[in-house]
Amino acid sequence: MASNSGQRLDRREVAKVLLRDRGDLLVVAGLGAPAWDATHVGDHPLNFPLWGGMGGATAIGLGLAIAQPMRPVLVLTGDGEMLMGMGSLATVGIDQPANLSIVVLDNEHYGETGMQESHTARGVDLAAAALACGLKSGVMVTQMEQVIALRKAMHAMQGTVFAK
Amino acid sequence: MSAHWSEGIYQLFKQQSIRQVSLVPDAGHSRLIKLCEADAALRMVRLTTEEEGIALAVGAWLGGDKSVLLMQSSGVGNCINMLSMLQVCQIPLAMLVTMRGDWGEFNPWQVPMGRAAKTVLEEMDVLVTSAQHEDEVVPAAEGALRIAYNTYRPAAVLIGQRVLGAKTFTD
Repeated sequence: MASNSGQRLDRREVAKVLLRDRGDLLVVAGLGAPAWDATHVGDHPLNFPLWGGMGGATAIGLGLAIAQPMRPVLVLTGDGEMLMGMGSLATVGIDQPANLSIVVLDNEHYGETGMQESHTARGVDLAAAALACGLKSGVMVTQMEQVIALRKAMHAMQGTVFAK
Repeated sequence: MSAHWSEGIYQLFKQQSIRQVSLVPDAGHSRLIKLCEADAALRMVRLTTEEEGIALAVGAWLGGDKSVLLMQSSGVGNCINMLSMLQVCQIPLAMLVTMRGDWGEFNPWQVPMGRAAKTVLEEMDVLVTSAQHEDEVVPAAEGALRIAYNTYRPAAVLIGQRVLGAKTFTD
């Protein structure tokens, strides 16, 4: 979600826009700030915010997406959490449930532990990793208009969506 | 000769309405994997590491699906931190673990995790049953599935190398 140049999107705003008019959207929010971001929009019975199991958010989303194919599933997580579960991108890559979206709020830092730099601050590109794992979408989002489009793609359920 | 234990376990999956089967392959599970693959009603999820299977089971359960996780004993170590989710959220899961590093093992690298598998699982609050004879495998799996899904907790069956036949260096 962040780029080294230009203005960064506000993560709370991004969460708010993504969860607008959510209908029966199921949300898995990864350990760290994304769990707070999703909860900040408003507590919701269809949210599953994580306080542990780092690296597991995407695999939880996959199990949920398979079990509930008629509902959109959003994994909202951070770069550190996604880096720990990078293998799960390959697992999603061979499964590709149409109703699963993975959105990484990539601030290039481990926010919960003192803002140490993560690998994405040093050139690791999670969207490229998603594409390399066979996901059909792997985009970098830097503008709020793109977040709105992302929200639409998420609800359209026409293929696994990955964005950072 | 009675049917192979894999057949019995596959029948249990059907009786217990298992929907998702996740796995990192192991030779000991190969027959069961083939049976599951041939059944379109079972969704097979191939993992890159066993801990993904624990997380997958959490999502599956939240969505109303029962799942099982197939792995080798070396994979138990990969699951430790993720098992905390099952404990905290009272999520059921049956794990079928084919053993390495016990009876007749030839590979020294398999022994440490093989010896630790039971203790590690029990320390993370997983109920563990060991099957050391072919006749014990299906009843142990039935017990694990029932206790897991009736009492909302993880249960594992360790299938020993005496059942599987110890792999040899020339295999």
